[in-house]
Amino acid sequence: MDLVLVNLIDGLVTGLLLFMLSAGLTLIFSMMGVLNFAHASFYMLGAYFAYQISIALGFWMGLIFAPLIVGVIGAGVERYGLRRVHQYGHVPELIFTFGLALLIEELVQFIWGRNQMPYQIPDVLNFTAFAISGNSIPAYKVFMIFISIAIFIGLLYVLTKTRVGMIIQAALSYPRTVEALGHNVPLIFMGVFGVGTSLAGVAGVIAGPVLGTFPGMAFVLGSIVFVTIVIGGLGSLWGALVASLLIGWITTFAKSYNIRMEDILNGIGFATPENLDDNMFRDIWAVTSPQIADILPYILMVLILIFRPYGLFGNRDA
Amino acid sequence: MRKSIKLGLGAALALSVSSAAVMAENVKIAFIDPLSGGFAATGINGLNQFEFAAETLVNAKGGVLEGDMFEILPFDNKVSPKESLIQLQVAIDQGARYIVQGNSSGVANALTEAIDKHNRRNPDSQVLFLNYSAVDPALTNEKCNFWHFRFDPHADMKMAALTDMLAENQDIKKVYVIGQDYSFGKAVADAAVSMLAEKRPDIEVVGNELHPIGKVKDFTPYARKIVSSGADAVITGNWGADMLGLGKSILENGFEGPIYTYYAAADGITAAFGESGVDSLYLIAEGDDNPPPKAETQEYVQAFKAKYPDGNMSQTRITNVIQMLAQAINEAGTATDVVQVANALEGMTFTDSLWSTAEMRMRPEDHQLIQDIHIYGHQPVEAPYDMDNSGYGLKIQYTVENASADIATTCDMQRP
Repeated sequence: MDLVLVNLIDGLVTGLLLFMLSAGLTLIFSMMGVLNFAHASFYMLGAYFAYQISIALGFWMGLIFAPLIVGVIGAGVERYGLRRVHQYGHVPELIFTFGLALLIEELVQFIWGRNQMPYQIPDVLNFTAFAISGNSIPAYKVFMIFISIAIFIGLLYVLTKTRVGMIIQAALSYPRTVEALGHNVPLIFMGVFGVGTSLAGVAGVIAGPVLGTFPGMAFVLGSIVFVTIVIGGLGSLWGALVASLLIGWITTFAKSYNIRMEDILNGIGFATPENLDDNMFRDIWAVTSPQIADILPYILMVLILIFRPYGLFGNRDA
Repeated sequence: MRKSIKLGLGAALALSVSSAAVMAENVKIAFIDPLSGGFAATGINGLNQFEFAAETLVNAKGGVLEGDMFEILPFDNKVSPKESLIQLQVAIDQGARYIVQGNSSGVANALTEAIDKHNRRNPDSQVLFLNYSAVDPALTNEKCNFWHFRFDPHADMKMAALTDMLAENQDIKKVYVIGQDYSFGKAVADAAVSMLAEKRPDIEVVGNELHPIGKVKDFTPYARKIVSSGADAVITGNWGADMLGLGKSILENGFEGPIYTYYAAADGITAAFGESGVDSLYLIAEGDDNPPPKAETQEYVQAFKAKYPDGNMSQTRITNVIQMLAQAINEAGTATDVVQVANALEGMTFTDSLWSTAEMRMRPEDHQLIQDIHIYGHQPVEAPYDMDNSGYGLKIQYTVENASADIATTCDMQRP
């Protein structure tokens, strides 16, 4: 069926976007051992900065400069915020990032107001790349796919093939030893935090025009990013990629096809009760897959936590 | 020494009391709507329109009765029914006799019930509920009461107007209905299905779907389904980010038919659609064309935009609330005896000076204002009559006069 192909592409776009957010978050987690609640807020900052820059200098300048600014802010947050809080343990760090997320949301509302921002797709990409039986695939989606894949390959190369990457990996596992070898571990931490947040910034820049640029955008995406890295395995780049794509495809397909709970239950041998309106399980029988599509990743996370607590690609001791 | 202080205090007290007595009393109108959080943009814009209308249309013209001025007291309810009831109590304690609210029918349902109870228990401080936007049909049907007046056509009346238009458009054979998964979204869907079946039995409803409210990140899969269903038109009651996300996805994924909406304008939505929404987006509402034909209305809008450059004159019914209340208070000869004011409002025929030339009528059976309903199109509109300062705005495409003037109601009004 043609729609399958269309859904595969749509799911890929969603998944890769999620990957750009979760890649940074999972790196930061494996480094500091703390979930950065403000991660999605940096995604939002990316979108707003890019919008502001795009008004003056166009979309492409926004794509270059907005992630840089977000990365610098992220590094600053690590250097002057998290590093100070770090000595008091993980809970204060968690609370710090949580407060930061609220602060950023309020700041964004203060500066840009509460309305949707008219952040638009650039004109060069505003056309239909190709169509599959009446369903057009916008060129911008193709562009999103290429950007995300390029970033993934770049990250993988830096982390596994370069000296910097090796030091980062070593610093993640044995910070004391690496420090003893004469490397500046706090600088590495700051760098990783900056790169991670600027990745979130890139995601914001390219998602802003399609998913909307508004103060609630961090909240909408925030929780699902955590689910992604838990499913993928904390600290694993491959895990983040696989989990992101999995979630992208699961939610897309669940929304596209009206799979009814009634059919599933009938299929496994339960007969539909006669008086469905009076039945206490009426709501369960009436559920359709689009209604629950967005909570399927959470169900998946619970299952993963029960059967494989370290995630799909995680290390057992992580 | 001590005596003189007492004396001084007494004198000051007497002075302040007497000075208050000399000043004309303000008619306090409590505005209970979201002023913080995700829906604050809509709430604050509504508040601005209320304050501007009270100032321009009543206070600048000498107020009501013998120079009593309208005063709008803003209360933030965070769109929570629970919070609204607390704010209602505070408002009543501060002397407000008129409550205006509009965002969310859930809040309106809670308020109308609480006000009914309050008025029965406290005949000395009764209040009226002037609902300017909550469109759940139940509020003027099974949940109606004497204290509630609605100035916006309710969801079924709007759907009746839309289906009237569809009934004349033979090009549309297949319709897709999609909305948010809660009472209002369901009411829109039910009304669409039943009214289409009645007026255009040949139209096939190819999709009838609800999605989680405020939780969908990407509407692309829904848009795909709409396109592949072969629908000629889409009907949705979505608002806020859900409206923008759905509309953008549908348009981006190659849908070419009309999208009929309740709320696809203002608060950044018009600007975000921009050029892409032209000839695709439609909206059902009351009001006037843009730019409005009357010179005084143009002046009114210009003055509003001068005061609130980022604001939108998006809810023209707000001026009706203010003007009809002023007229009712003058007719009743009192602003404090709200039963008399309600009696004056009930059945009132009113010709507003700004938007419409047609007469409006507050139906006595259910306290629903009967007025013209328009289907607007998203079109280029010159400033300052555009929305979000975007160069785009709403232009009338189709009008139903005196819409649903005889729509049935189940209201059994208990009068005091």
